[in-house]
Amino acid sequence: MSLKGKHMIDPNDFSLSELDEVFDLADRMVDDRDLYGSICNGRILGTLFYEPSTRTRLSFESAMLRMGGKVLGFSDAATSSVSKGESIADTIRVLSSYADVVVMRHPKEGAPRLASEYSFIPVINGGDGGHQHPTQTLTDLLTIRRYKGTLENQTIAFCGDLKFGRTVHSLISAMSYYKGSKFVLISPAELRLPEHLKYGLLEKHNVDIYETENLEEVINQVDVLYMTRIQKERFFNEADYMRLKDSYILSKSKLKDSREDMLVMHPLPRVNEISYDVDDDKRAVYFKQAEFGIYVRMALIALLLGVNVNVNRK
Amino acid sequence: MLTVNSINCGIVIDHITAGNGIKIFEKLKLDEVIFPVVLLINVPSNKLGRKDIIKIENKIDVDLTMLGLIDPDITVNIIEDDKIVNKMNTIIPKEVQGLFKCKNPRCVSNSDDYATPKFRLAHSNGKIFYRCGYCEELTSYTI
Ligand SMILES: [Zn+2]
Repeated sequence: MSLKGKHMIDPNDFSLSELDEVFDLADRMVDDRDLYGSICNGRILGTLFYEPSTRTRLSFESAMLRMGGKVLGFSDAATSSVSKGESIADTIRVLSSYADVVVMRHPKEGAPRLASEYSFIPVINGGDGGHQHPTQTLTDLLTIRRYKGTLENQTIAFCGDLKFGRTVHSLISAMSYYKGSKFVLISPAELRLPEHLKYGLLEKHNVDIYETENLEEVINQVDVLYMTRIQKERFFNEADYMRLKDSYILSKSKLKDSREDMLVMHPLPRVNEISYDVDDDKRAVYFKQAEFGIYVRMALIALLLGVNVNVNRK
Repeated sequence: MLTVNSINCGIVIDHITAGNGIKIFEKLKLDEVIFPVVLLINVPSNKLGRKDIIKIENKIDVDLTMLGLIDPDITVNIIEDDKIVNKMNTIIPKEVQGLFKCKNPRCVSNSDDYATPKFRLAHSNGKIFYRCGYCEELTSYTI
C-alpha cells in the first residue's frame, strides 16, 4: 500500500488503514523528529494560498522545512501573480512543474478538488471556504489516538457553534467511520448541527447522537470535549447572546467532576470559550494538539511524496 | 367535465404534479411548435388529487431524465393509431452532470468555468437531492 501520488482533499478519501499509516509515521516523528530531518532533501512544497491564513501556511512550511525540504508560494492571491479569471485547472497545471507537492487554500468550496483533477503532483487541501480543512481533522484524530491509544469506542462532545463550524463537521464525519463512536452535541438551538449532516450520519453509519443545550449536563460522561468558538454575529439577537454566552464557556469549575482522562480539545485560536485557568489542567491538550498538527503534516507530505521514511538511528 | 379529443399519434405526459404542467410545457418549448398540443391543468386524479397532463400530437423526443428531475411520478405514454403502444417511466439518475448548477453560491463550480460538478443522488426521502462533487452541498432540481 502506498500513498505516493495521492491527494488529500477530504479525510474520507483515505481508508482507515491509510489514515493509520499517516498516524503511525507521525507517532514515530513525534518520538524522534531529528531522525526525519533530511528525508525531503531536494523536494519543494508549493503553498498556494488564495486567501491569507498565516497559521495554516506556517504550519505547512514548518513541516516541510523540518524534513529538509524547501517551500515556495504565495500567501494572498490579491497580491500575487495568480491572474484573476484564470481557471484553477490552468493555474495548477502550470504550478505543478514548480513544486513536488502543493497545499492549496481557497475561499471557494471544492477548489482543491478541482485542482486535484488537473494536477500532476499531489494536492493537499489547506482549507476551502466553509467546507473542509482535512489536516485539522487529521490533527484532531492523531491527538485522540495518541492520548486514548485508539479511535474506537469514543464518546466525543462538541460544544459551541455546530452549525457553521467546519472543523466539527469534518471531525464528526471522520469519527463516524470508527466503531463505537458516540457524539454529544452541545449548542444553542440556532447553532445545531445542520439536519442534512445529521441525516447523512444516521443513514450511513447508524451512529449514536445526543443533543443538548447544556454543557454541564453531559461534561462528566464524555471521553473528549471538543470546544469551538461561538461568534456573536451568529446569534439572532443580542438578548439570546447575552443569555447563552457563558453557557458555552469552559471554566475550571465546570471541569471538576469530569473524567480524569477526558481530553479538552480546541482547533485554536480561542477567544474566551476556554478560560485561561483551564490551561494547566492535565485534561487540556489543545496546545499539544497544535503541536501534533506539524507532525501530521510532516507525515502526510512525506507519504504523498513517497520519500523513504524508513530511517533508523545508526 | 371538460373533454379534449384524444390524439392519434404522439405522446401524453401524465401524472404531472399540479402546477408543474406549465413549467414542463415551457421547458419543452411547446409554445414554439407547429403541431397540436394540449396542456390540461388541475385534472382530478385518484393518486394525486389534482394533476396536469400534456398531450402532444407528434412523437417528439422527451428527455426522461430531465422529467425525472422535475417530477419523478410522471409517466409518458406513446400513442400510435389511437392506442397506447408504450408506457415509460421517468429516469431518476444516480449521477448527473451538466443539467443543473450547484445552488451553493460559495461553490467553486459557480465561479470557475472549468468546473462542471458531478452530482450524486443523495436520498429520496420524499424529495430528490443531489450532492455536489465539489462542495458536497445538496441541490434539488427546480424549474
Ligand atoms: Zn457545489
